Amino acid sequence: MYDSGKIIAGLIIFVLFVTFPIWYNHGDAGAVPKVELPKDTKECVLPADQMRAEHMQLLNVWRDEVLRTADRSFNVKIGDKKYQMSLMNTCMQCHTSKKKFCDQCHDYTSVSPYCWDCHLAPVE
Amino acid sequence: MKYTFPLAAVIALVLIAWIGSQIPGMQYLFGVALPYLAMALFVGGFCYRVIQWAKSPVPFRIPTTCGQGYSLPWIKRDKLEAPNNTSEVVARMFLEIFLFRSLWRNTKSEALSGPKITYESSRWLWLFSIIFHYSFLIIVLRHMRMFLEPVPFLVSALEYGDGIMQIGAPVMYMTDAAIILGLLLLFGRRLVNRQVRYISLANDYFPLYLIFSIALTGILMRFFLRDGIDVVAIKTLAVGLVTFQPTISGDIGSIFYIHLFLVCCLLAYFPFSKLMHLGGVFLSPTRNMANNSRMRRHINPWNDPKIKPHSYAGYEDDFRADMIEQGIPVEKELPTKADD
Repeated sequence: MYDSGKIIAGLIIFVLFVTFPIWYNHGDAGAVPKVELPKDTKECVLPADQMRAEHMQLLNVWRDEVLRTADRSFNVKIGDKKYQMSLMNTCMQCHTSKKKFCDQCHDYTSVSPYCWDCHLAPVE
Repeated sequence: MKYTFPLAAVIALVLIAWIGSQIPGMQYLFGVALPYLAMALFVGGFCYRVIQWAKSPVPFRIPTTCGQGYSLPWIKRDKLEAPNNTSEVVARMFLEIFLFRSLWRNTKSEALSGPKITYESSRWLWLFSIIFHYSFLIIVLRHMRMFLEPVPFLVSALEYGDGIMQIGAPVMYMTDAAIILGLLLLFGRRLVNRQVRYISLANDYFPLYLIFSIALTGILMRFFLRDGIDVVAIKTLAVGLVTFQPTISGDIGSIFYIHLFLVCCLLAYFPFSKLMHLGGVFLSPTRNMANNSRMRRHINPWNDPKIKPHSYAGYEDDFRADMIEQGIPVEKELPTKADD
C-alpha cells in the first residue's frame, strides 16, 4: 500500500463520519414522546391514525379556507357538538396544552410549524 | 435497451419493496435487516475499494497540468494549474471537491460556419452537477433529524433554512425541488448531447433512475401519500437502528419501506459502481500529485533493486568482439594483442 498514512487517516475520518449517529447517540435511543390526551373527549375530528399522519395538511387546508372564504364551517359532529375550522377554538379546546401535546412530537422529530408565527401560544 | 433495462430494474426494486413490506413479518427484513446489511456493504465496500486503489503504485508524477509550471524565477507560474508543493495541491483539490473546478473549465469545440473550429466554454455539466450534488448533500444532512436524538442545532437550522419559503404544511423543501431538477437536467444531458448519449451505458442511467426514484418516493411520502406516515414511529425505528435496539412500532405505510429499500439498494450498489467517485476524487493521481518531477527524483516503487544500471559503455565491453565480427561500429576498438 502506498501513502498508507494519509489514506488510512482519510478512511478513518470517512468511517467516523458515516457512522456519526452511532457515536452521537452512544446507544441511548432517548424517550419516545408521550402526548397528554384530553381527559373528557375520546374522539377527534378524524380517526387518530389519520390525525397523526395528516393533521398538518388538514390545518393547512383550514387556514387557506378560512382566510380566503371567511367560512369556518367544517360540520364535523362529535356527539352532539358541531366543530368549526379553527386551531384555537377547535383543536386547542381539547388539547389545551401546547407543551404537553404539540411540542412533544414536534421537538422529537425537529419540526417547527409556523402556526405560532401568527397564533398566540397558550401561556403555560 | 440501455435506457429501459435500468428503468425496469428500478421498477422491479420498487415492486419488491411494495409487495414485500405488506407481507406480515417482512417489515423487519425491510426495516431492520436490509438497512444493516446495506450499511455494512457500503462501509466495507468503500474501504475495500479505496485500499485496492491505494495498493496500485503510481510510479510517475502524472498530474494534468494546464498552466505554466515552476520554471525560472521571472516566468510567472500558475500555482493552481501546475502545483509543485503540497499546499498548492491541497488548494487545487479543495476547489475540485467543493466547486467541481474541472467541470467549470470545460470547453466545447464547434465548426459553426466554415472550416474554422471554435472553442467556447460550456458549463452546463458544472451547473447541473452543482445543483444535484449540493441538494443531495443538504438532503442527507437534513435526514439526520431522524437519526440523532436530541437533534443538533445545525441540523434544525439547515432544515429551517431549506423550508424557509414556508409553502404548505409540511413545508416544502427547496432542495427537494432542486434535486429533481438537477437529476432531470443530468438525465436530459445524456439524451440531448449526442456524444454523451453514445458513450452512456446502462450503468450511467441506473444511478440516475435510482436516485430519482428515491427523491420521488421521499417527496410522495412527505406531501402526498401520507397514509400511515407516523413520523414518530419512523424516528423511533431510525434511532433504534443506530443504537442497535431497533423496534418497529405501529403500522408504517408501504411508501416508507419503498423509500428505505431504494436507499439500501443505493448504499449497497455504491461501492461497486461509478458512484465511487466520492472516494475516487480524493485518489485521482492526475489531481492529487504535485508537478515536481524536475525537483525531486521519484523512484518507481516496483523497480527490482537487484537489477543494476547497465550503461552503454558496459554493454559494449560485454559484446565488443561480437559487435566487431558483425560489423557494428564500436566506440572503443578491441585491445591489440602483444604478439601481433
